[in-house]
Amino acid sequence: MTERQIAPTAADTPAAGVAPEAAAGVAPDPANLACPAPIPERARVLLGHGSGGQLSAALLRDVIGPALAAASPGGPLNDAAVVDVPAGRLAFTTDSFVVSPLEFPGGDIGDLAVNGTVNDLAMMGAQPLALSLAYVIEEGLPIEDLRRITASVARAAGRAGVRVVTGDTKVVGRGAADGLFVNTAGIGLVSPGVEVGADRARDGDAIVLSGPIGLHGIAIMSVREGLDFEVEIESDSQPLNSLVAAIVAACPEVRVLRDPTRGGLASTLNEIASASSVGIELEEGSVPIPGPVRAACEMLGLDPLHVANEGKLVAIVPEESVATVLTAMRAVESGSEAVEIGRVVADHPGMVTMRTIVGSQRIVDMMVGEQLPRIC
Amino acid sequence: MKYVDEYRDAEIARKLVEEIHRVTTRPWALMEVCGGQTHTLVKQGIDEALPKGVRMIHGPGCPVCVTPLEQIDKALAIAARPEVIFTSYGDMLRVPGSTTDLLSLKARGADVRIVYSPLDAVRIAVANPDRQVVFFAIGFETTAPANAMAVAQAADLGLDNFTVLVSHVLVPPAMTAILESPTCQVQAFLAAGHVCAVMGWTEYEPIAERYHVPIVVTGFEPLDLLEGILMAIRQLEEGRAVVENQYARAVKREGNRSAQETVFRVFDVGDRTWRGIGSIPSSGYHLRPEFARFDAEARFEVGDIRTREHPACIAGEILQGTRTPLDCTAYGVLCNPQKPLGAPMVSAEGVCSAYHAAGRGLAAPTAFPLYDLSRAER
Amino acid sequence: MCLGIPGKVVEIRDGGPLRMAMVDFGGARKEACLSYVPEVRLGDYVIVHVGFAISRVDEDEALRTLELLRTIDELALEQELAGGGDEARGAGLASS
Repeated sequence: MTERQIAPTAADTPAAGVAPEAAAGVAPDPANLACPAPIPERARVLLGHGSGGQLSAALLRDVIGPALAAASPGGPLNDAAVVDVPAGRLAFTTDSFVVSPLEFPGGDIGDLAVNGTVNDLAMMGAQPLALSLAYVIEEGLPIEDLRRITASVARAAGRAGVRVVTGDTKVVGRGAADGLFVNTAGIGLVSPGVEVGADRARDGDAIVLSGPIGLHGIAIMSVREGLDFEVEIESDSQPLNSLVAAIVAACPEVRVLRDPTRGGLASTLNEIASASSVGIELEEGSVPIPGPVRAACEMLGLDPLHVANEGKLVAIVPEESVATVLTAMRAVESGSEAVEIGRVVADHPGMVTMRTIVGSQRIVDMMVGEQLPRIC
Repeated sequence: MKYVDEYRDAEIARKLVEEIHRVTTRPWALMEVCGGQTHTLVKQGIDEALPKGVRMIHGPGCPVCVTPLEQIDKALAIAARPEVIFTSYGDMLRVPGSTTDLLSLKARGADVRIVYSPLDAVRIAVANPDRQVVFFAIGFETTAPANAMAVAQAADLGLDNFTVLVSHVLVPPAMTAILESPTCQVQAFLAAGHVCAVMGWTEYEPIAERYHVPIVVTGFEPLDLLEGILMAIRQLEEGRAVVENQYARAVKREGNRSAQETVFRVFDVGDRTWRGIGSIPSSGYHLRPEFARFDAEARFEVGDIRTREHPACIAGEILQGTRTPLDCTAYGVLCNPQKPLGAPMVSAEGVCSAYHAAGRGLAAPTAFPLYDLSRAER
Repeated sequence: MCLGIPGKVVEIRDGGPLRMAMVDFGGARKEACLSYVPEVRLGDYVIVHVGFAISRVDEDEALRTLELLRTIDELALEQELAGGGDEARGAGLASS
């Protein structure tokens, strides 16, 4: 990494952990860096923190590194990592996270980023092996926020039993990122014999949902500017790999695993129905929706079936296995409220229906565009 | 949820459907005025559970759908100005104007903000004294008290940076216009429950009498609609034509006096153009002269607005109830919720969007291609 | 039009120029303006539209409607047996 002098301006506050000489534009004495200055209370991320020089090193060494220590033991994070991979099929995924606000009831962008990628691997029937963590930070983000979010990443990784092994940090000018954008990529080992995919649902299969829906989306909306309302609801963001392990152990022939994130349960089920060329029929009243989620949706004119979830999954299994699968899921914390919500049918391929209160079948459609609160 | 769940009881719903079948001896055509009622009818399949001869004609009760194209284009012109913070209810964001919509404008950098209540728009004005805050005041009579209060508040606070773009429309003149039309087939109305919660139902008594049509003030939950339909059909079968109130838990004959007072302090009645229908005399609210300084149309010179509806869009006929989306050549083909040609496809209460969401008249399932590269390997 | 939801007034705030309240919709709470329902007290239910209470829910009427709806098949049977006019039902359903 090349050294660069960053001329401080009057507006700059001293960067965390950088010796005063560096901040003043004088060539730093390496020996002094071993004894970092205390981090100023109101320090903020500067463009220099992303430029690969002394400030970047300091950010990594004094803020990001220590916060991640629990999740990535064993020394400095490098630009690339070498991982020992057992024989088998590797699942590989990446996801970027741009949620705003960065912190919300029940979580923050950090644990969301870890759980999201762990879950993408889990939906392929894979247990996570390693994660990468890339930050694009908006100039001006408080260092404290970065530290707190990174600690969140570490805790989430620990909970999921996976390590962050490599990463990257960039800083962009004010207004170019919403505080912080995070990308995580992950590799995982697919359990032997497991073949899951959205196109594998078959007529007669049972559809299982791991728990109540609508929590994450409503939690986010409740703190979004212009909408604020009070709910005793927290995001359900959590890793689902242990739940998937339990499902796979109980039923290796599991056909589909999906987490209904953006677009909600309705969109996920529609995607599966379309990919598998089958119909899906939901049992009226069988989809668990917590009272406060319903109330918030009624208030804003939203459909709970279109609200995002972060710690839930849909599993489609052969009919004869549903009882065993439910028992196995309910034994795991993240599946304790698992229920059967419907069946796969040969009728109306590509469509999802639900019985209405007058006894007719109602089509459950996919979400169109963004969910906007309405007055009508 | 109290006062909601009870009106969604499946068993009572089925009994009501049976009773409707029992009392119906002849074909009837009813119109539900309100878009919210249309939405529930279609979504719950209630209109399809009625006796074969009973037809629900969907009314123009979607303020989003009937806001004139000219007002939308004015809103877009104002929102594009750099000094403006344009505030609106969420419903209006995707409604197509002649060339674009508010959401697209927002994506291109305009300061367009969704508000839940018009008081939020006033708060934004107070918090941003160096910007011009404009609020898109649309709606039927239900929303007028709220919009009026925002203007009254702005006046009390002496704000000079707050204006409203008014596009209020009224239900009774629309009903009369429909009844006066030579092609009118409507024999009874389900009046809009929340409009009547504000205005009461005295305005409907002369209409029921003059045109000999039963009018039942109806709520929005499935049981409300079923009971309202039952009450209307009973009147039709018995040859009666009076105003009845199904939504007794929320509506009184005189309505909400206090809300009416504020509405009439701020607004007076004038002619209004309804998108797809045309001008209906005395069918809208305009700001009274004493509040003219809060009129966005006066404050912002928007130049020549040349409106242009898509030629394939038959929204007008749909809003008048003379055609359904199934009669439209563009429905499901050129026109869908992602790429709407007209307002009834984009509004949550619009007839076209209700039909589309229910999959009616669509040849193939409304499925979208999966972005899933893993399938390529199989 | 007119998404109006019933909610319970759980807190009243008289501090500012407008009478405001915290309304609970069954687990989600939001502030609403009570200016148009001066008769409303703590614990009452109101219909809220765009942040304004436009009507107080008449709980007696609500109960009456529900009771009637619940017994609709019994009333129908009575009428069949009586073989005629439905003044009872008509009067019951129509409201003053």
